[in-house]
Amino acid sequence: MVPVSHMLFFSTALFFIGVYGLLTRRNMIALLMSIELMLNSVNINFVVFNKYLWPGQLDGVFFSIFIIAIAAAEAAVAIAIVINLYRSHLSVDVDDAAELKY
Amino acid sequence: MNYAQFAAFILLLPLLSFVVLGIWGRRYLSKLAPWFGTASMAAVCALSLYAAFRYFFVDGSVGGVFQPIIAMQVPWLEFGYKNLSIDLGLLLDPISVMMLVVISVVSLMVHLFSMGYMKGEDRVPTYYAFLSLFSFSMLGLVLSVNLFQIYIFWELVGASSFLLIGFFFTKPSAVAASKKAFIVTRFADLFFLIGILIMGIQAGSFDFGVLLQQLTNPASEASVAMASAGFLGLSALTWALVLIFIGGAGKSAMLPLHIWLPDAMEGPTPVSALIHAATMVVAGVYLVARLFPVFQLDALAMQVVTWVGASSALFAAVIACTQTDIKRVLAYSTMSQIGYMMFSLGVGGQGETAALGYTASMFHLFTHAFFKSLLFLGAGAVIHFVHSNDMRDMGGLRRLMPLTHISFLIGCLAIAGVPPFAGFFSKEEILLAAWQSNKLVYYLALFTAALTAFYMFRLYFMIFWQADKQYHHHSEGTLSMKLPLLLLALLSISAGFVPFSQFVSADGRATATHMHWQFSIAPVVLVILGIGLAAWLYRQQNDKPAKLAASLGSFYKGAYRKFYFDELYLFVTHRILFKMIGKPAAWADKQLVDGAVNASGDATLAAAQAIKGWQSGKVQQYLLVFLLAVLLLAAVLLFFWLV
Repeated sequence: MVPVSHMLFFSTALFFIGVYGLLTRRNMIALLMSIELMLNSVNINFVVFNKYLWPGQLDGVFFSIFIIAIAAAEAAVAIAIVINLYRSHLSVDVDDAAELKY
Repeated sequence: MNYAQFAAFILLLPLLSFVVLGIWGRRYLSKLAPWFGTASMAAVCALSLYAAFRYFFVDGSVGGVFQPIIAMQVPWLEFGYKNLSIDLGLLLDPISVMMLVVISVVSLMVHLFSMGYMKGEDRVPTYYAFLSLFSFSMLGLVLSVNLFQIYIFWELVGASSFLLIGFFFTKPSAVAASKKAFIVTRFADLFFLIGILIMGIQAGSFDFGVLLQQLTNPASEASVAMASAGFLGLSALTWALVLIFIGGAGKSAMLPLHIWLPDAMEGPTPVSALIHAATMVVAGVYLVARLFPVFQLDALAMQVVTWVGASSALFAAVIACTQTDIKRVLAYSTMSQIGYMMFSLGVGGQGETAALGYTASMFHLFTHAFFKSLLFLGAGAVIHFVHSNDMRDMGGLRRLMPLTHISFLIGCLAIAGVPPFAGFFSKEEILLAAWQSNKLVYYLALFTAALTAFYMFRLYFMIFWQADKQYHHHSEGTLSMKLPLLLLALLSISAGFVPFSQFVSADGRATATHMHWQFSIAPVVLVILGIGLAAWLYRQQNDKPAKLAASLGSFYKGAYRKFYFDELYLFVTHRILFKMIGKPAAWADKQLVDGAVNASGDATLAAAQAIKGWQSGKVQQYLLVFLLAVLLLAAVLLFFWLV
């Protein structure tokens, strides 16, 4: 059986890849994808802890399914925002949408 | 009989008239307003006369002693301290009933006279509304059952006199005069309020009945508290009485708080009649009379009352001899006569003369109201005719205004104290009271009586005799202006024959006063001398008055400039108060208080300027900061968890 530390290492790596993408990408769709990576790393954590700590229960699995559903809804909202951003700024670069300051 | 309904109506009618005329007067009642105001005052007058009749002749006296009747009393504000509460109520006793008659009669005459006098002025409904308010406040003042209620109405009187004196508010002098009257009396009222509070806290009640009953009994708790507490070597009782008297002196224009009274002449002349005869200035006398049994207990307070009254009487009489404005002469004569009433109360101490000073003072208040309102309304008629206040613009009016002439002459004779006119009887009684208790005051009063005769007849001769001047106007006035003069002239003749001491005395018992004809010789001779001197100097236009003035030199000049009291006040207020206190306070307000507020604003603004660059609008920067902060927090938590 794969030790739990491998799994956790994997999910942490996935999370920080997401963070890195979130901080370095300028394209808003890329940002959205990075956020999905982070969410999935959380999902992995849920499933792993459920499997290794309380194998007889399903709470963690339910939680990850729940998060996937929410993430789908969130992606729909985010895509709508991206479309509106494009309509108003003719760009999906987040640095172009920097008016909200001072 | 149920006095509550009566007395309540006496108060409610003028209030109603004020509200109706004040709200709807100018829009809907511009023609009817004088009639409306006068009718309501006539109803008040009838009710007052009937109340007086019932009180004095039917059921006021029990076993020969007039009892105070509390027609109504409701607790209004409980203090929760020594059962102290402010009540509102209606009190009828000999002096309040007497005052009801005086106020309502004079006020009715003023209302009537104003119908002719104010014709063609703007804002007549407002004027009548203010007159109603003034009458209401004064009626409420005399009917008050306790010190605090009297204070409430006292301030209402002050406010309504402010409105009326400043009625011609487009004239800067009227505005200044109304402010002066308000500020000076308000300043005195501050002391009055402190006096009331001392009285209430020490004696445990504001109620007149309780106060008089408690304090006149030396064994009672209140008396002991009053006598034992003290400040600067004087007992609480003395302090309370002197402070209350300062309030009364402010309203009654006693020395040195008299400066507002001559300036108050800026108001319409009928208003001056009301202020000087029945309302406002007699409030102070009424207040002292109301608390007379308590004042009697304290020799020092009585001395203060006596000497302030006597010096005001003489001081005002001297100034009145030199003034040339007809209304100012009358104003100073009022101050002088009020001085008479005050020192008469002051000399009415304990013992056999106790009743006399009190009765004499109230009697003089009663008669003075009629002849002074007569004189003012007569002066109003003259001013209406001549269109000037200056006596030097007048002369020879006796042929042009016969009725005004006769009534004014009656008023002058009455105030001078020529028998058998009203002023004679009351002034004789005052002189007798002074003779029996304080000879020095008596001689001062005697001299003042001669001066009174002199300046009143100086006024009379300068207006009605001397050479004719050119006048544009050639009718004496409407019936509404003549009728009050006629009625008041009749009252000025007959008021002296009222057996006043039968009705009003310090202890409520009817006392008989006897005329001592030998005693009357000195004052009457002096008065006739005064009249003769005035006739000799002023009957014909000549240079004798100017020569006399020149020979008196600086004394005349001082009196003409009112002994520099206004200048003194200006010096004290401008040079000392404004400069020493006002300016530093203004500086502190502008620099320190405003400075602190502005500095906190500036600091916030500067901080915001410094850190606003952090808000870059770039979402990823925020994210980075957020992430670092979370990591930092995680590190901190881990550190604490591990250690």
